[in-house]
Amino acid sequence: MTVSVGNAVWQGLIILLGGGLLGLVYKGFDRKLAAQMQGRIGPPLRQPFFDVVKLMVKENIVPDHAVGWLFNLMPVISLAAVATILFYLPLGGYAPLLGGYGDLVLILYLLAVPALAMMVGGFAASSPYASVGAQREMVMLMSYEFPLAIALVGLAWRLSTILPAGSSVFSLGVLAANPLWGLVGPLGIVGLALLMLALLVVTPAELSKIPFDIPEAETEIAGGILAEYSGRNLALFYLSDAVKTVVMGALVVALFIPYGLSGLAGLTGAAGAALDVVFFLVKLFVVVFVSVIVVRVGFARLKVNQVARLFWLPVTAFSFLGLLLLAVDRVI
Amino acid sequence: MHNERINIDLEANKSAVAYSIPIGPTHPALKEPIRFSFELDGERIVGVDIKPGFAHRGIEYMGMRRNLIQTLYLSERICGICSISHPLAFTMAVEHAAGIEVPPRAQAIRTIIGELERIHSHILWAGVGAHELGFDTLLHLTWNVREKVMDLLESLTGNRVDYAIPIISGVRRDIPEEKVHLAAEALDYYKRLLQDLIDAFLHDKSVEMRTKNVGVLTYDEAIALCAIGPTARASGVKKDVRQDWPYYGFADMEVRAITPEDFGREPVGDVYDNIIVRVLEVAQSIEIIERCLETMPSGELMSIPKIPALLAALKKAEGEGIGRHEAPRGEVFHYIRLEADVEEPVAWKVRAPTYGNLMAWVPKFLGDEIADIPIIAASIDPCMCCMDRMHFVSRDGDQSTRLKEELVRLSREKTRRICG
Repeated sequence: MTVSVGNAVWQGLIILLGGGLLGLVYKGFDRKLAAQMQGRIGPPLRQPFFDVVKLMVKENIVPDHAVGWLFNLMPVISLAAVATILFYLPLGGYAPLLGGYGDLVLILYLLAVPALAMMVGGFAASSPYASVGAQREMVMLMSYEFPLAIALVGLAWRLSTILPAGSSVFSLGVLAANPLWGLVGPLGIVGLALLMLALLVVTPAELSKIPFDIPEAETEIAGGILAEYSGRNLALFYLSDAVKTVVMGALVVALFIPYGLSGLAGLTGAAGAALDVVFFLVKLFVVVFVSVIVVRVGFARLKVNQVARLFWLPVTAFSFLGLLLLAVDRVI
Repeated sequence: MHNERINIDLEANKSAVAYSIPIGPTHPALKEPIRFSFELDGERIVGVDIKPGFAHRGIEYMGMRRNLIQTLYLSERICGICSISHPLAFTMAVEHAAGIEVPPRAQAIRTIIGELERIHSHILWAGVGAHELGFDTLLHLTWNVREKVMDLLESLTGNRVDYAIPIISGVRRDIPEEKVHLAAEALDYYKRLLQDLIDAFLHDKSVEMRTKNVGVLTYDEAIALCAIGPTARASGVKKDVRQDWPYYGFADMEVRAITPEDFGREPVGDVYDNIIVRVLEVAQSIEIIERCLETMPSGELMSIPKIPALLAALKKAEGEGIGRHEAPRGEVFHYIRLEADVEEPVAWKVRAPTYGNLMAWVPKFLGDEIADIPIIAASIDPCMCCMDRMHFVSRDGDQSTRLKEELVRLSREKTRRICG
């Protein structure tokens, strides 16, 4: 893949800007729809934009006992890490911008960075609430990473058994271009469905949303990791959460529902691309709606040991079963 | 007290303590100020110290400088949620001291408003509990259905809170015939809703996961710590002022204390049992109000209808009286002492339900986790501004702690001073 540097830079800027805006728009939908489902009116759709602007102009307070440089650095690292993932995701009909320079494994690592950054930031704040939140984030990370890794690696492995040797099966571009649903047998389809389910359960945990919002748990530890963050730093965490929502949604879309409509509608050129982008946004919305909005309205917050048990036992078992079915499907 | 869970040796545990976190006086889990200091071992609570006193307003002191009618209004403002319970107990105490009879119709009206308050208070509590569990959907839905009883209270009394219904010797407003159908409608609404409440709170998996075997107060602990109200009943203690010392309309109703056994569960004393008791008590209150409305006696509303005559009668009265009422949170107790030719009460003592349940927090917290703190704190349905009876601040601003012996000595001195 060859991209001219100039092109790549302005395409990258568009992706960054678009990812940020999209994240905030989805956050607005999230808040509005959740409110409607709870029988409330809810804030206007553009409220997240107001929030970011307001936070940006507010005072940025660093607690006296905090490790200042770590405390200030972590929000930047968190946002940078999730923003980087945007370059490795196929967006709409477009192949990933940096598809040739990193793959699924890199994404897996980059996805862990915001959680780690929040953890370090929480410990650096030297507040008891933030420390408890950071410990909980650590347990969460250890809980959901395993099923997440199984799901991602399982897909890539199955694809490697189908495509000719030497294909870069870990590249998201390749994964999205060869949807597995049509390439495997009935057992494989059940296996894929299980992996997709596991990924959908991991999504709210990755995003720290109810029932997995224990690192922030407002009523318990007063915002936990974010308890001491304010102003610009909090805005950066807020943005990185918004972008992460898009990233997780886009990841599920790329892995499991990478279909476009342009071929079906017989459109080519700009019209086809526009249709695909719109369809992509709709798919993204559906994923976020199902795995984040509905879930966070329908559950109480779990406890940290309950979260760990949930991910280590049932969710891991489900993803293993999915993997097993994919393997059996290959044999028969 | 022969109980290991209560007598847990804090010093011995200190070595294992990694850190302590303060919860309060201001914290999202608390609706009113109180300070908990938790000693933690990881996420597990190994010690807790409770410091109340942040919402002390000196209401008893103010009441002892006003005449009894003015003090009645003051008593209504002790608590916003129990805004009928305190005046009920207060009027009962004054009527006891002055030997004033309350007409039967007034008694029935007092009972009805008191039970309506129980319905709204328990539904409010359920919403708060859901919020503490991180289940905001349930919070918004329960508070939405609570509006029906608030509307009913508004149309019966003119106010959503602070109903200004009881007055010494009777009630200030009648429930006219044309408003009875409003009450019947609201009661039907809640009867239909009851199964939904049970489904949403008692049969919901995620609520069960967070409340079963959390914040346990055993039967023995409840007895030893003198827990009262729903907190004690959840532990299986069959204790209810309406059952044990029936008053007003309860006398011929044979009200029975509700325990988790009524739901077919062996009482554990956990948060889940607290939910059971409160949800079933909503049903019980509906029944009581219906019977009151059916058998409403006719007659006057006040035995001494003219306020000047009432004040004159009260000024002549001499003696002491007690009033106790089963408030939604447990027994509320008022003591009053009147002297002839003195308009103000010579002594007024209020014991709000939260005061009786304060110590029940300690065994409930110990052994549970940080994540359980909000729901356990909420499980006794605390009301700090009701409960805060004293706050010790010395002249130089030093806030020190007074232990039991010294407090007893100080209280005795004060009693002698007041009673001469």
